[in-house]
Amino acid sequence: MKPSPLAQHSTDEAAQPRMVRLIDAERARLTFSLDGAPATAREGDTILTAVLTARRYLAESAGGEGTRAGFCLMGACQECWVAVDGTRARACSALVTAGMSVATGGHFTVG
Amino acid sequence: MADPAIAIVGAGPAGIRAAEALSRHGLSAILVDEAPKGGGQIYRQPPDSFQGPASSRYGFEARKASALHLTIKRLATAIDYRPSTLAWNVCDGRLDTLCAGRGESVVFDILVIATGAMDRMLPLPGWTLPGVYALGGAQIALKYQGCAIGQNTVFLGTGPLLYLVAYQYAKAGAKIEAVLDVNPAHAKRRALFALASSPRTLAKGIYYRASLGTHGIAVEEGVTPMGIAGTDEVREVHYRRGSVDKSVRCDAVGLGFGLKSETQLADLVGCRFRFDGESRQWLPERNSDGESTVSGVYLAGDGAGIGGADAAELWGERVGLSIAARCGRRHDASRIAKIDRRLARLARFRAGLERAFPLPLLGSTLPDDTILCRCESIRVGQVKDAIRAFDVVEMNRMKAISRVGMGRCQGRMCGHAAAELLAAETRQDLAAVGRLRGQPPIKPLPMPWPGTP
Repeated sequence: MKPSPLAQHSTDEAAQPRMVRLIDAERARLTFSLDGAPATAREGDTILTAVLTARRYLAESAGGEGTRAGFCLMGACQECWVAVDGTRARACSALVTAGMSVATGGHFTVG
Repeated sequence: MADPAIAIVGAGPAGIRAAEALSRHGLSAILVDEAPKGGGQIYRQPPDSFQGPASSRYGFEARKASALHLTIKRLATAIDYRPSTLAWNVCDGRLDTLCAGRGESVVFDILVIATGAMDRMLPLPGWTLPGVYALGGAQIALKYQGCAIGQNTVFLGTGPLLYLVAYQYAKAGAKIEAVLDVNPAHAKRRALFALASSPRTLAKGIYYRASLGTHGIAVEEGVTPMGIAGTDEVREVHYRRGSVDKSVRCDAVGLGFGLKSETQLADLVGCRFRFDGESRQWLPERNSDGESTVSGVYLAGDGAGIGGADAAELWGERVGLSIAARCGRRHDASRIAKIDRRLARLARFRAGLERAFPLPLLGSTLPDDTILCRCESIRVGQVKDAIRAFDVVEMNRMKAISRVGMGRCQGRMCGHAAAELLAAETRQDLAAVGRLRGQPPIKPLPMPWPGTP
């Protein structure tokens, strides 16, 4: 297939997070730590929702080609494992909690 | 004689109705489910902080969803219900489970496997880019998290879910760029007679399809997907219609080709499988009571072949009644006959759906640089090389040589396309290349990270 001529980010799009809140968006806010920096989520967000409403990707691919942003969202594909407070969690299944420390980088996701 | 120990895996429509039927006959089961709340994927319940009405999540199915949720709520105090618990292995009359980091064994005499289904997936060039999601996943983002998967979404693939999810996204206010169905309109017209066996479901399908038009959403049928383009994430979908190459800009794709049974536990417990030519997948065999070829192991719902949520509820109850009769309870012949009649009608409808939305033969025509295995980024060309170099003719040999199917998803995502590829490369029927054997743990088990207490 031809490489896309539209591959560059436009600045507008890059500034927007990946997921868009449409229903029940105004739930209580909570703060957690995402790769060492403070981040905001909503009560009842999965870790994946919390990350993808803050930025456009989740983590580097475990297989080593580019980034991934989750795929099946139902616990089957196993692409969204992240490090959480010293253990591992599937980001699409585990809910984010106040004060949680989520690390998506490097060797944490290689399994 | 004491009542046997009964375990059920899966608290979706099938597992909940099985537990309820058993409970009605004075039999208590251990119900193990990976989700924190019952309902399965189809009637998945959102976290407590979500306040919206059931109709905002389940649409026309809200009444069924609420009834099922009420049943599991009532049962939860009466039976041994274990949510947030993964059943990761089964052997020798024992389920191995994991809940909140604690492992436990559940010993059973009778087992009900109600593990449900997932998206039937086919690879495409670019399908690993951030922004591509399984179609069912796109629906879960909306009904479980209230989110759309992107700002501008394309739905690509086939099956009734393609139109339902697009309708639900449009209704929730998401921007949809296109709905692209690989199957042509005439396939659906040909299936109309069989689909008319469930007129209300057919009417809902026609309504979803029509409402996309009133929302001004482009629907194209009979397309050939060429790939998803972008460097760091999704930018465009390329496809062909007739002899015309087309593309549509987007930042998210919901990709899916129908549903596929989750059969790993049935495999590990030793059920005999048969190749189902209609859905082109291997399925565990079951008799009219829902019992598999392993005595005392029952199969209920989509985990033993896709039938849909209504059929899953019926199969769950049917299996519960079969087990109750086996345990010396009253044999409820009239209810069983009624369930069997309704299941037969739903099976006719399902056959119509398979005819209207058949699985396209994409797996054998992919360019060599397409990633086949998402887990380990193994490309089609690498797999072809392995097949030729080692004269591979069978799926498990292919897995051993190429590592396709050995990654963390255990072939859930790539397995079907890998089988099609092997069949095409070796000029065999799909059934002849066999199927990937399940291995415990059927999903990864999180281990404590080194250095933490």
